[in-house]
Amino acid sequence: MTTTVTAAAPSRMRPVVLRDCYRFELLKLIAQWRVRLMFGACLVAPAVYTAVISRQTSLPADAVYGRWMNQSGWAGSLVILVFLGAFALPLLTSLVAGDIFATEDRLGTWRHLLVAVRSPRLIFVSKALAALTVILALLVALAVSSTVGGLASVGNHPLPGLDGHPMDSGELTRTVLLAWLSIVPPTLAFAGVGLLGSVALGRSPLGLLMPVVLALALSGLALMPVPVALRLALPTNAFIGYRGLLTTPGQFGPLWIGTAVSLAWAGLATLLAYRIFVRRDFTDLAHDGSGLRFAVAGLVPLAALTAATTVAIAATTGGTGSGIERPKLEAALATSFSHLYVRQTNQLHRPAVTKEQLKTTARCDKAGDRVEDVGPGADWRCVVTWTLPGTRATGNAIYQLDVAADGRYVADGDGPKEVNGYFQIHTPTGDAPNPLWQFDGFVDLLDDQPKE
Amino acid sequence: MQSTVAIRAHGVIKTFGDVIALDGVDLDVPTGQIHGLVGPNGAGKTTLLGLLLGLATADGGRLEILGTHVGRALSVPAEVAGFVDGPGLYPMLTARQNLATLASLRGGAGAQSVDGLLERVGLGEVAGDPVRGFSLGMRQRLGLAAALLGEPRLLVLDEPANGLDPAGKRQVHQILADLSDAGTTVVLSSHRMDDLAALCDEVTLLSTGRVVFSGPLGKLAAEGGELDYRLVTSDPEEARRIAGSTPGLRRATGQSRTDENALVVRGPESAVDHLVVRLVGAGISLRELGPVVPPLEAAFLALTATEADSDSDPDPEASHARVEEPTR
Repeated sequence: MTTTVTAAAPSRMRPVVLRDCYRFELLKLIAQWRVRLMFGACLVAPAVYTAVISRQTSLPADAVYGRWMNQSGWAGSLVILVFLGAFALPLLTSLVAGDIFATEDRLGTWRHLLVAVRSPRLIFVSKALAALTVILALLVALAVSSTVGGLASVGNHPLPGLDGHPMDSGELTRTVLLAWLSIVPPTLAFAGVGLLGSVALGRSPLGLLMPVVLALALSGLALMPVPVALRLALPTNAFIGYRGLLTTPGQFGPLWIGTAVSLAWAGLATLLAYRIFVRRDFTDLAHDGSGLRFAVAGLVPLAALTAATTVAIAATTGGTGSGIERPKLEAALATSFSHLYVRQTNQLHRPAVTKEQLKTTARCDKAGDRVEDVGPGADWRCVVTWTLPGTRATGNAIYQLDVAADGRYVADGDGPKEVNGYFQIHTPTGDAPNPLWQFDGFVDLLDDQPKE
Repeated sequence: MQSTVAIRAHGVIKTFGDVIALDGVDLDVPTGQIHGLVGPNGAGKTTLLGLLLGLATADGGRLEILGTHVGRALSVPAEVAGFVDGPGLYPMLTARQNLATLASLRGGAGAQSVDGLLERVGLGEVAGDPVRGFSLGMRQRLGLAAALLGEPRLLVLDEPANGLDPAGKRQVHQILADLSDAGTTVVLSSHRMDDLAALCDEVTLLSTGRVVFSGPLGKLAAEGGELDYRLVTSDPEEARRIAGSTPGLRRATGQSRTDENALVVRGPESAVDHLVVRLVGAGISLRELGPVVPPLEAAFLALTATEADSDSDPDPEASHARVEEPTR
């Protein structure tokens, strides 16, 4: 008996291309009620929040610009940014990227998908791109909702920068847009971690929640007085890098470092996820991920990346301390006070002054003489001194400063009453919030040359 | 004589750690044949189907599919389709979306083909319903439709009739028969010998990773040897006496107490014919007569038990009734 093989008949099938595989993955994501619900929430919740909160007398002063929510529509968008970085974006990336591989394990569809696509590489790329698309869509929805909601409910009014300088609507539009763009890289970093958790841990809830768990762990670490270099080497720090955009001149060091660190995390986590994925045995139906594999092939390289970037940042910037030192704090406070004093003068319709004419200086002390004047804490006390043009007399105002480890501080006026001791001022048009009573400021943790 | 071969496996070995899933499997499946894979749980059927779909590669031996040597995972020709361990559908998508997205992936079928396939498997009326509400049988049919997208030349199906009602089973059998007539090779696994008997030209019987039989169904039936026959008569006592004195027949015991009126004997068909003649001659009415286990199933049990016996402690009562020596 002679055996021959049939000649290949013309096939109606063609190799799968990335575009079609990506569309398939996107369709599967969008078809999930959870993703639709999230998109709806992202589109509605920020607008409702900014509209409701801006009408209340009690404002979220703990968040940067929270105290400005009833005075400018732009503040709402900046407050939402604070909340996103702390918890919401890691959660969103968890629910999208953290589940995109695990869902195939849950449904038992890996073999089906592999037979259809025939390329683990293509499946991985398509899933990663689909997750990225949905996450970015959620981010856009959040940005649009918070901005539109704030502007619609409060209006397009100017806002002071974190150094107190006035920002008009043009600068605010540009800055807020850049601020939202600046949180894309850290979002990608957490999305990468989500992919890694989803690939390595399968159906395990820990795999789904890995970005949230990581965000909580890194946020806890950031609360401690760790060296600046380590702080900047964490992807969570990139969520607050936009604060440097709100000063003049801009404090771009932390922003660029945060962006680079985040992209490195995103790239490495995605690469690790890819390596684990393409080596997986898809014939093993009982596959449910491995905590040990995740630790060895996932966490160890990311920890190594953090260590390497910490060393690199420390070597290039000298950021081995807390970054919060008396001269920098004094300079930052004096600058903010000058700008806000000018604002207050204008509100009270007093003779115009400029920041330069005030010649403002500040003297700060941390918890008395027995404590070194460095580091975060709520025990900073500062005296601000300024001179009014045409007079030899100097004015003094006292502030209690609560300085956070990330460089943000809240200055709380302690008198005199006419300057900063009362929360309102009497303007010719009625009572208005006193800009010098309490305000937010920002110390550049990297800058070793304090700016005036 | 010339024949064409869709699958040629020679000495295929697949192991998972210390477990040998396939141990030197040889298999030739001609083009256009419906070939059944059968065997007890853990025999290696799913592993072999996975190799045919390209989900894994053999650790040893040689596997050719549609003329292509399969050397690495997912390198089987594009004309191979099917499913293993369930049809693998997305419950959040509708039946039509499940098929349409797969069709767009492979570029092989348009919307018309999708709807046509849904009609063909009897799901036309629920094409717009999410799959999460489908029964097991409906999912099986949808899985078959998905496998048929792009008109594959080799269809690999794991338990395609699982969960189907009799009408659905008949429909699926007809589809597979039509495909075979059109030249598509079908390899399917099943635990149900009656399904295989209704569909397959040839079967391969696997046990503990080895092929214990491969060939036409008729030949497999002959492997079962002597069968047990169950008789229900009008006079059980007298029937037992006559059966005991019928040459070539042995009475089997061990039947359940609720079936005490029945008589189970073992022997060749000719001896059973002789017993029937004697019973009728003695004025005993014969109310029921048939094999306790169908021939194919008996062959399955005989071959897999033999295989298992060689691997483990013998337990001849596991699948057969105990046999008494003939009485005089």
